[in-house]
Amino acid sequence: MYGTIRHEIRIERPAGQVWELAGNASRLHEWFPGIIECTVDGNQRTIVTATGIPMPEEILACDDTQRRFQYRIVTPIFKHHRGTIDVIDLGDETCLVVYSTEADPRTMAMVIGGGTAAALQELKRQIEGATRQMKGTG
Amino acid sequence: MGRKILFVTTDQQRFDTLGCNGGTVARTPVVDALAAHGIRYERAVPQSVVCMPSRSTMLTGQSPSTHGVWMNGVALPETAPSVAEVLAAAGYRTAIIGKPHFEPFLDAFARFAENGFARAGTFGPHRGFEHFESATHGAAGPLHYARWLNATHPEAVDMYYPVLDSSLEVNAMGGGDNGAPQAWCNNIPREWYHTDWVADRTISWLDSLPVEDDWFCWMSFPDPHHPWDPPASEVGRIDWREVPLPAGYIEKATERERVLDAKPRHWRAWYDGRMVSNYEAPMHWVPATLTADQLREVTALNAVECELIDEAIGRVLAAIAARGQGDDVDIIFTTDHGELGGDFGLMFKGPYHVDALMRLPLIWRPAASAGIGGADITPATVTRPVGLIDLAPTFCKIAGLASAPWMEGKALPVSDADADERGFERVLTEWDSELFGVGVHLRTITRESWVCTTCLPGSAHDGTEGELYNLAEDPLQQANRWDDPQYATVRADLLADLWNHQSPSKLPLRSVEAPV
Repeated sequence: MYGTIRHEIRIERPAGQVWELAGNASRLHEWFPGIIECTVDGNQRTIVTATGIPMPEEILACDDTQRRFQYRIVTPIFKHHRGTIDVIDLGDETCLVVYSTEADPRTMAMVIGGGTAAALQELKRQIEGATRQMKGTG
Repeated sequence: MGRKILFVTTDQQRFDTLGCNGGTVARTPVVDALAAHGIRYERAVPQSVVCMPSRSTMLTGQSPSTHGVWMNGVALPETAPSVAEVLAAAGYRTAIIGKPHFEPFLDAFARFAENGFARAGTFGPHRGFEHFESATHGAAGPLHYARWLNATHPEAVDMYYPVLDSSLEVNAMGGGDNGAPQAWCNNIPREWYHTDWVADRTISWLDSLPVEDDWFCWMSFPDPHHPWDPPASEVGRIDWREVPLPAGYIEKATERERVLDAKPRHWRAWYDGRMVSNYEAPMHWVPATLTADQLREVTALNAVECELIDEAIGRVLAAIAARGQGDDVDIIFTTDHGELGGDFGLMFKGPYHVDALMRLPLIWRPAASAGIGGADITPATVTRPVGLIDLAPTFCKIAGLASAPWMEGKALPVSDADADERGFERVLTEWDSELFGVGVHLRTITRESWVCTTCLPGSAHDGTEGELYNLAEDPLQQANRWDDPQYATVRADLLADLWNHQSPSKLPLRSVEAPV
C-alpha cells in the first residue's frame, strides 16, 4: 500500500501570484528548504538536495488553468512516487496551497512529506513577506 | 567550584536489567555500586515511551503536550528551552556525547542541525551544549560516530545489523542462532563499537577541560536499544540457552492470548499482525511468531549490551577520579523508556503503558561533597513515583540554581519522606501516534499502587477502553481491572486526577517530519 501525506497552507495572496512561483518547475529550490539546485530539461527535472544527492524527476503535469503541478521522483528507491502541488483560489484574494505526496515504500512519503510541510511554510513566508515589503516600499 | 554533573542515559533499557533492581542476567557492578551509595528509584516513569518525546522531556523538563514532540519524527524546535542552556548560563561547561535524537534521523533534505554537525566537521554548539558529538545504533547516517567509523574503519561499517530494510521500514530480518528479529552477529571489534566510542569521546572531552571548570556532561549510550548486535567477541559472556524466560512472558499461548484479549484491542491486533500502530517495531514481524528460544537469545544479547555499558561507565568514572574530581560529581543514570522484552509475547515498543516500557532504572549518586553519607543525603530507595520530567529541575538543584519557570517537574526526592513532603503523588505518561491512517492516543496516570490508562477516541479505539492495574497485587499487569465494577470508584478517581493534572496539547500539533 502507498503511503500518502498531505499538507496545506493558506496564503493571504491571490492564487495567480502564488502560482507564478509554486508552479514554476525550475524555481522549486527557491522555496523548498533542503533543495539547493533545480534544473529542467523538457519534462525532466533534476533536483539536488543539501546532502549533495541528485534526484531525477519526471514532470507529469503543469496545468496553468487548474494551477496543478505534478511530478514523480524516478530514483530506484521509489517503486512509486507522485508529488502534487495544487494552488486553489479561495475567491477572496487568498488561496490554499496543497502539497500531496504518495510513495511506495510508504516510509518515503513521510521522509519527503516532512520536507513539503517546511516548503509550504517557506512559500508563505516568501510570498506574504515579499508583498508586504513591496507595499511598504511602494 | 561547584558540583559537576555526569548524566548517563541508555536507550530502551528495562528496569530489571540491573543487578541492583533484581536483574540476574547482566552483571552491572558499576551501576549497582552507584545505587548502593546513592538513591535508587523504584518507580521512575517516562512521560513518553518512545525516544524523541522522552528525550525532549529530559532536556526541557516539560511534558510532551507542552514541548510539542508528540511522537517520534516531530522535531523539538531549536528555540525550545533547554536545561543545558540554563547550566551554561551559570558557567557550566556543557556537552552531549552519544545519542541525542531531539530531531529526526531520517533527514533527506538535511534540514536538521543535529544531523549537520558531523557533515560539517563541527561539534555544536546546539541547544545549550557547547560540545555536541553524536552517535546512534549503527554506522549509518550523518552522525559523528558513523563518520568516524566510515573514515577510520570502513571495513566495519557493514558489520552492524541493517536497522532499516530496503523499504526504510524497521528491519524484521532475523539473525543469531534462532532467527530473532534484530538479533545479529556483529564482528566489529569491541573498541570500535559505539558503546566504547561514547565512553572514549566523553573521556576525551572531560580531559580537554581545565580542572577548575564545572561541567554538565550528558553521556548518552545508544544501547541496549535494538538491534541486538553487540560485538561477537563479547556474546560468549552469556549462553542464551541458560537464560531464564522473563517473568512477564506467558509461555502457554492460550493463556497469553487470554491476557491480551482483556486489554484494549490494539494489544491483540499487533500481536496477531493485524495492526501496526507505530514505526518503532518491525512492520513485517508478527509478535505471535516469537519463540521462547528467540526470546532467550534476545535477552542474552541485550544483557551483553548492558554489561558493556556498565563497563564503559566504569572507565569514565575512573577517568574522572584520575582528574581528582571523583568526590565532586553527581551521577544520574537512567534511560528514555523501557523495552517490552517478551512480556505478553511482545518485543520492541509501542502504545503499551505497562512496566516493561514505563518502569525505568533511575539512580542518583550525589557528589560526596554534597553530603552523601552525611546529614543532607543518605543512600536510599525511593518508592514514590517520579518522572523523567523531574530531571531538569534536579540538575538545576545540583548546580545551586532555581528551577526555570518553564520546567514542569520538581527536583527528585532523596527519600520517601522527602517525596511525601514535596507531593510526589503521581506521574503522567502520554502516547500519541498517527501512522498512515492508524491513530492511537493514550493518557496514563501512575499513582500509589495503580496504573490507569485511558484510550482516547481514534482510529483504533472508540474512547471506552482502558487499562487499570493494581501493581501491588498484580506486578506483571496481567489482570486488567478497567471494566471490573468492583474498581469503578478507583478508576473514576484516577481518571479525574489524571485530567486535573494533564497539560493540554498545544494545537495545532506540530508536523511529523519523518518516521524517526
